[in-house]
Amino acid sequence: MPTDAPTAADKIRCDACPVMCYIKPGAAGACDRYANHDGRLVRVDPHILLEKAVSHGGRLVPFQAGGDWDGTIVREPDVVVTAIGAGTTYPDYKPAPFIVSSEIDGVDMVTVVTEGIFSYCGVKVKIDTDRFLGPETATVRVQGEAVGHVTTSEYGSQMLSLGGVHHLTGGSKKEGRVTCDALMDLSNCKPVELTIDGGATVVVQAGCPPIVNGVAEERMRVGCGSATIGMFAKQWHGKVDEVVVVDDHITGVLSEHQAGKVLEISDTGIKMKGRRSTPGRYFQVAEPGTGWGGTMISDPLSVLGPFDPKVARPGMSLLMVSTTGEHAAYYELDQALKPVEKAMPADLRRSVERIQENCEPALCTVLFMGGAGGSLRAGVTDNPVRLTRSVKEALTRVTSGGAPVYVWPGGGITFMVDVTRLPAGAFGYVPTPALVAPIEFTMRLSDYAALGGHMDHVRPLQSLKGDAETLHMTISQNPPGPRP
Amino acid sequence: MRRQPQIALLADGKRLHLQDGPIDLIIGAHGGAAIVRSAYQAAIGRFTGLLDELCAELALLRQAADPHACWLRGPVARRMHAAVAPFAEEHFITPMAAVAGSVAEEILAAMMREAPLDRAYVNNGGDIALHLAEGEHFTVGMTDRPDQFGVMRTMIIRAGDPSRGVATSGCRGRSFSLGIADAVTVLARTAAQADAAATIISNAVDLPGHPAIVRVPACELQPDSDLGARLVTRDVGPLHKREIATALQAGADKARALLAADLIDAAALNLQGEICTVAPESVADRGSQVRHRQAIAGAIHA
Repeated sequence: MPTDAPTAADKIRCDACPVMCYIKPGAAGACDRYANHDGRLVRVDPHILLEKAVSHGGRLVPFQAGGDWDGTIVREPDVVVTAIGAGTTYPDYKPAPFIVSSEIDGVDMVTVVTEGIFSYCGVKVKIDTDRFLGPETATVRVQGEAVGHVTTSEYGSQMLSLGGVHHLTGGSKKEGRVTCDALMDLSNCKPVELTIDGGATVVVQAGCPPIVNGVAEERMRVGCGSATIGMFAKQWHGKVDEVVVVDDHITGVLSEHQAGKVLEISDTGIKMKGRRSTPGRYFQVAEPGTGWGGTMISDPLSVLGPFDPKVARPGMSLLMVSTTGEHAAYYELDQALKPVEKAMPADLRRSVERIQENCEPALCTVLFMGGAGGSLRAGVTDNPVRLTRSVKEALTRVTSGGAPVYVWPGGGITFMVDVTRLPAGAFGYVPTPALVAPIEFTMRLSDYAALGGHMDHVRPLQSLKGDAETLHMTISQNPPGPRP
Repeated sequence: MRRQPQIALLADGKRLHLQDGPIDLIIGAHGGAAIVRSAYQAAIGRFTGLLDELCAELALLRQAADPHACWLRGPVARRMHAAVAPFAEEHFITPMAAVAGSVAEEILAAMMREAPLDRAYVNNGGDIALHLAEGEHFTVGMTDRPDQFGVMRTMIIRAGDPSRGVATSGCRGRSFSLGIADAVTVLARTAAQADAAATIISNAVDLPGHPAIVRVPACELQPDSDLGARLVTRDVGPLHKREIATALQAGADKARALLAADLIDAAALNLQGEICTVAPESVADRGSQVRHRQAIAGAIHA
């Protein structure tokens, strides 16, 4: 068992074997199995084997598949070898050679020495929160460096688009390095603190709740304010005169809302600030923020104007609640028709809890997105577009580290993968800077032959017959790239 | 307590995988079951402790080789030195340039002492030592870009051919390169010679001063690298066809010089999808039935 040997400046000395490499931070030793991670000697086994029900003809086994692997796992016929670590080794860029695992018609060995360096890729981050994180197109920063931007909101979630070649290689050296680190950490399910220009600071970690301005988000809203009115109108009917569901997007008002009308709930003379959309639905009741319902308010009454004295009467009850039920308050109108906060009746309390219960846990999700377009297809076959078509026609299955991917329609092979589906540490980087992501292509040999091109020269593979045989090509790359 | 190497059979139950520190070997042997078994036992026996043996002389192995004298003691270390010595007058080269091939040869030799195999190979990270009995041959597959589907060109090495070593070197390989070749694959008499020559040819494929090439002092990447502060290639941006041709030409000139000096049998140089081969005779003749050297060159072109 190697131990952390005495440190020489920023280097550490590995005593895992007699070579006794000095390893710099962020680099690996000569074996590529041990690395210096923040001054700590860590084992970075380059290859991960996943068991899967697939045939094993023509499988490529990474040459360097040693590590803790005792050889027993791959005896199983249902192992798929992922591309993780196959073409490069974290954390430094030193691809290992491959060898063909099956001896096919006399081809005994294959040496492979290279892989492409690519820098077009990024992550799409979905943050389940109604809180205002920042205006659309605002710059997202890590350690002050621009790494991406805020993009369009989705239902109940704020979306960020991070990375891409512009930040990786188009800006300063530091911007590229910071972006690369952030992408790799996010892809490897590690927390990253993001600061949004004109907005919030949020800690994002795939599969975990977001932490917005130091507060962990618990739930995402059940619906917009209007939808919440629609869902809960019946439960409020007869228990309270008026309900306002405060929401950054559409604030709902029970008595005016269609759902209230259907239940014949009487007018209350309430006056809302903001812009009325349709009856009982208001836009922009307040500026966005991290207060009630994704607005900036901490006092819900600030979204109300004075009650109409012709309609309102003293003693009328009012529930104000946010779309997640995290904020709620109960009021009754006094003689001057001013709302006065009172203890919330138990049945209303239960309705607020019901809203909370219906809100799903807020999570951050991270999709790695990259394209295996031009660079992959070039040099693949005499007729490269056939590879794309093969993928599009679902003849060739694309996986990333064994995880299913969504292949974007249209040209090239642009895919997205949920990073939590990949084994730990699946993503690496190269100093370009660029990310290295695993990608595997699985296809029937007959389909592969149909791709044409270079395979015509590979006698042994032509000799493999039968539909059941499957050819796995595992490559490790950061998809689409500037290389020809 | 002695450190044991990792020993395992691969998925096919036939090939042996040995690993110790930075050394990874895939070994294939063909012959009767009992013969193969004893050959593998011999390989394991020789491999155990081999890394310690090398490391005992590591400091000297990391110094530029003396072209005329060898102060090393271990048989593997001495083989490393012998492989690089022919280049040491003209180039900076340390015995480490031939470590992979030399280890492969050592293990193969240990196997052959024990067992009369029909054919066998020891593949040390792409640097391969071969044994071929009368009438046997090996087909070696080669690929320049694993990130693309252009899988293989094949080379057939027959018992009658002089080559018993195959090695590949390049700036994208595990060890550092001073040049920009994606891969240079060399056939030579021995794996150690092929290893050293591949390094030299790979270093020669270069475009000095080109802005698209990122070079970093080796010691910044690995503090104890034998290359010291010499600039090693970390990235090569897209090159113009003309530049690729220029770089490959420089490498091919070096390869031809080594061929003329009888230090290699053939070489294939890869750079950004372009391939250039150097072999003793014209490569126009692709007939695979003809004499070995044309056959090798032809296969490389396939």
